[in-house]
Amino acid sequence: MSVPPLAIAAVGVVLLIAVVLIVAVLVVYLVAVILALRKITAGLDEVIAGVGGIVEKSAPVNEIVAAINGQLDAGVDALEGLLVKKAGLVDAVGLVDGLYAGAAAAGLRNFPDSATIKAPRIAEVYTRGTLTLARLGREAPIAAANPAGPVLRNVEAGSLAARLLYPEIRQSRPERLSRSPVIGTAAPVQYEQREDIGLPRKHMPARAAAGAADSANGASREP
Amino acid sequence: MTLWWIGDIVLAAVILPVVVLLLHRVLLAARAIVPSVQSIAATAAAASRDLDAAALLLTTRDQATRTIAGVADYGGSLDVILDDAVPAA
Repeated sequence: MSVPPLAIAAVGVVLLIAVVLIVAVLVVYLVAVILALRKITAGLDEVIAGVGGIVEKSAPVNEIVAAINGQLDAGVDALEGLLVKKAGLVDAVGLVDGLYAGAAAAGLRNFPDSATIKAPRIAEVYTRGTLTLARLGREAPIAAANPAGPVLRNVEAGSLAARLLYPEIRQSRPERLSRSPVIGTAAPVQYEQREDIGLPRKHMPARAAAGAADSANGASREP
Repeated sequence: MTLWWIGDIVLAAVILPVVVLLLHRVLLAARAIVPSVQSIAATAAAASRDLDAAALLLTTRDQATRTIAGVADYGGSLDVILDDAVPAA
């Protein structure tokens, strides 16, 4: 059976067209993919630069933060030890709880037993200033009285009781000072009452206005 | 001759669409990566800028060291000045 040459040529042309179409599609899509990959590469270069900066800048952070924490740990240890040594564990817990409410529940770090101590309500006995002094001075009531004793401050006459906590010179000094001047409607010296005080000024004095303008001009000329 | 025609038809009707489909999927996937990479690059650059202050930690460390040294000196003086707590009876 012989095949006509024209039929062979038609089949060959169809095959050639199909192959060309496939190659063309490959070229178009692969070029598009290459362009997308180039964008990805450029973006990854930026990412690498950014991540490199992060790595470089954060490299010493661990070491430095560890050093800072070590210093702060040492400070906390020293201050806790000093506070407990000077005030006693119970009062130390009470003082800490008085200054930072609720802190007694966590206890002192280097004294695990402190978490189980019921904090005395020192903040109700001493004023805040006294608490500060109690942490600092010999005059602190915690060094002069037993915390297990009665409350040192009478809440109904707290000022006098608070003053009694201090040495004699601090109690008696206010009584020796001269009285403050009396002011008000019952004061022995009454000053002239003017109705225009406190009201807006009706007219700006010409001299004052000129002076204000001159001073404003002078200020604007200054460098 | 018939097989040749069948081959042409398969090439044009099956292989060509499959090739187009696969390449289209690859192109879509590649293009979908681009915005993600760009957003990651922007985030990394911003994170790098946020860490510019990390160098100040050196100053913080020095300040902490000096502060704790001062506190230690002060605490030592207080330890000498103040009386110890009287143990509860």
